[in-house]
Amino acid sequence: MAATTASLSMNAKPANRWSSPIKVGLLGGTVAIYLSLVGILTALANRAVITGVISLGQVILLGVYVMFGYMAAQRAAAGQDKAPVAWCLVSGALAGLITSVFLVALVVIAPLINLRSIFINASPELWDLLTFGLGVPAGLLVLLVVGLVVGALSAGLFLLPNRIRRSVGLGLAAIPIVSILNSSLFAGRGLSPIGALVTFVVATVIAYLWQPARSVVSQRVGALPTKQQRVVVTAAYIALGVFVLLLPLLGPYPAEILDTVGIYVLMGLGLNIVVGFAGLLDLGYVAFFAIGAYTVGVLTSPEIQWLGVHLTWWEALPFAVLVGTLAGVILGIPVLQMRGDYLAIVTLGFGEIIRLIFLSDWLKPWLGGSNGITRIPRAIKATEGGLSDQQILFYVILAGILIAIFVATRLKYSRLGRNWMAVREDEDVAQAMGIDLVKTKLAAFATGAAFSALSGAIFASKLTSIYPHSFNLLVSINVLAVIIVGGLGSIPGVIVGALVLVGLPELLREFAEYRLLVYGAVLVFMMLKRPEGLVPEARRKLELHEEQGSLAE
Amino acid sequence: MIQRLRRRVTGTTVAMWIIGLVILTGVIYGAVTSLASAQYPPKVWVDLIVFGIAQGSVYALIALGYTMVYGILRMINFAHGEVFMAGAFIGYFIATALDKSGFLDQNFIVSEALIFLGAMTVSATIAVLLERIAYRPLRRAPRLVPLITAIGASFFLQYTFRGFFGSGIKAYPEAEQLKGTITILGINILKTQALVIVAAIVMLIALYIFVQRTKTGRAMQAVSEDKDAASLMGIDVDRMIVITFLVGGALAGAAGVLFSTLFRQVFFLTGFIPGLKAFTAAVLGGIGNVAGAMVGGLFLGIAESLFPNLVLGGLGIPAPYQLKDALAFLLLVLVLIFRPTGILGERLSTKKA
Repeated sequence: MAATTASLSMNAKPANRWSSPIKVGLLGGTVAIYLSLVGILTALANRAVITGVISLGQVILLGVYVMFGYMAAQRAAAGQDKAPVAWCLVSGALAGLITSVFLVALVVIAPLINLRSIFINASPELWDLLTFGLGVPAGLLVLLVVGLVVGALSAGLFLLPNRIRRSVGLGLAAIPIVSILNSSLFAGRGLSPIGALVTFVVATVIAYLWQPARSVVSQRVGALPTKQQRVVVTAAYIALGVFVLLLPLLGPYPAEILDTVGIYVLMGLGLNIVVGFAGLLDLGYVAFFAIGAYTVGVLTSPEIQWLGVHLTWWEALPFAVLVGTLAGVILGIPVLQMRGDYLAIVTLGFGEIIRLIFLSDWLKPWLGGSNGITRIPRAIKATEGGLSDQQILFYVILAGILIAIFVATRLKYSRLGRNWMAVREDEDVAQAMGIDLVKTKLAAFATGAAFSALSGAIFASKLTSIYPHSFNLLVSINVLAVIIVGGLGSIPGVIVGALVLVGLPELLREFAEYRLLVYGAVLVFMMLKRPEGLVPEARRKLELHEEQGSLAE
Repeated sequence: MIQRLRRRVTGTTVAMWIIGLVILTGVIYGAVTSLASAQYPPKVWVDLIVFGIAQGSVYALIALGYTMVYGILRMINFAHGEVFMAGAFIGYFIATALDKSGFLDQNFIVSEALIFLGAMTVSATIAVLLERIAYRPLRRAPRLVPLITAIGASFFLQYTFRGFFGSGIKAYPEAEQLKGTITILGINILKTQALVIVAAIVMLIALYIFVQRTKTGRAMQAVSEDKDAASLMGIDVDRMIVITFLVGGALAGAAGVLFSTLFRQVFFLTGFIPGLKAFTAAVLGGIGNVAGAMVGGLFLGIAESLFPNLVLGGLGIPAPYQLKDALAFLLLVLVLIFRPTGILGERLSTKKA
């Protein structure tokens, strides 16, 4: 960190002051071309944010301008007590302009060299999007002007006082968010121009008023006697609980999204114990998910004849958790003697082995092979006129999540939890302090496996049919991304992570193709810039900052 | 004496050895049954071995990248499989362009040189960028952090390629000169397989000379031995790390071209399974050990092509070929449990770097 800031301030010497905004512009241009060719812009071009005015693809393009214009202004003001207004604006405008020049060059050159034969997204739709539907000469001019203006405006945003800047930023961000929620869940189309304006104004005003109000509220609550404070906190939790309970009533489709998010929260809570608490990177987490689902499948589905047992879902559930835990212990014993990165690869290998075995013709008579197992009963059947299956399932998942949160919290502050943390920080020291490494790690591994199996059982009931393809490595990676984004070791972080990484893409179906691209980028970005996650756990944050402290020496 | 032995031999160890013995018995029993049943003529076995050597030499080339990076940074470059995939893609694009213009068949040698050059350059560039952007800032971070970064980078690269070039499987063009077989020592070998084996051997020898004989190669060895001491001796450690990624990336790029010549198909997940297998090969040979990567690659290649029919077929498991990937991973797990040092190499998997 220290080295990069030093090199930046060196670049900001007056002699070559132009180099900083030019660099930002070059970076912006590269990012814009990347987003264009990778197809994100065109994939989102059909989702109107403001109907008839702007699509989500264009909003993302504008976002690039805003980001780099803002960054250019930030750099222009770096190291100075008072931001030089004119220079900041010029920097932002220049960065935006250079970004536009890149895109213009792309639009002009690509058809000449038949770029589409290699890059499948270099299509007329992309040119249409980039030129705002105005065709080549006029649209390109508009693109340049947009770059210049948006770059300067975002630099202007940087110059605004803190409170106004935050409010306006939130107000702007609210438009696409409200529009996506609205079009995915209810209306099926974007906001009207007036709707967008109202959204912007309301969000800005709320944000503006809330900023000072927040500190006042926390001050007032802090000033109350402890007993009343507790009442306020309990009331807040109850309000939150009621809100969550009412969520699935939005309708069957929102409930389905909530179910998916919920299953990821449940898995995340389990993996959080393994990775976050005990520091064991388990990439084969999906194996236990699969084992849980298959146990339920085998025990309940009328298709499976060889066992001669047809339980209800609830009767099969304890077996699923038990088998999952056992599998965790059995797979855990050999692999837990290895350290960090080897453990990751070996568990990954185990995950793949389990999936390939479920898939193979070898066990087909017992587990269905590639045909999977179908006709798995639901946990609670929907009744005529009542809630739908997906809505009911949400409450089952919620119960599972509550149990998981309870167990995870209790474990975290138990003797075992402290042992896990000790092992995470330094295995050798932990062992010297008398902690049995294998037992401690095995406990984490098995607990995680139990939660994974529980989610697998719920998953089986959600889909009523399971196929080996549902249990590939990507599931493990998704869960890992969820807990890392939320903050390793942090329980609220898991929920935030799942909402952001699973909930948002579910709302944006056309985005599904780019989900893993974004996950990958997010993992790298988080590790580089904010390794403690969005909702950091206090202890872990301390550890990471300790590391940074020693780096600065 | 017996008491000491009893203290060292815990229940876990005994269980592990029993599992090992069961597996070993299974392997021997399976092999003997399928050989005794004479289900396949000897020619099939020979063909399988040759194919195994060909794919094994590709694994060896990729494994070198894992091993060299591990040796120098003590980290698993999870995204290395994607560097390999990039080489395969670039090779495909150049080969297709040359094939369309007819140049590929007319000037076969020049074309292949161009293909290799392009693929190796791009792969090496990606590997160096990875190091620069994703790994270097994290060199002193806790061990899990760079590994997670590498996993992220791996998925980012995979889906970037998917976004750029589409998700379809692309058919790698076949040159006229590579159709048919040649006969060496009475064994018929497909020309593509012969090319792969020869090219891999040439590159392995070149790398061996580079690492052992040149000044840069020795500096790399010194850095992997002890970074601090090396830097006190006046070696630019950062530069050596970049060179390691560069060489590893270039080899992976070449491996990409060879892999697509062998299997004639390229798509965005091409790098994933071969990457994992190459890692297995590196561990098998002893990670951090250049010669070990070569041995491990060949062993894994042959085992993978031979074992499904030989062992699983002998055990009466239907469609054994479906389980060949599972077999490779099982081998990895077994090696890490029973011989973490690999065939050649020091014990690293349980040692703190």
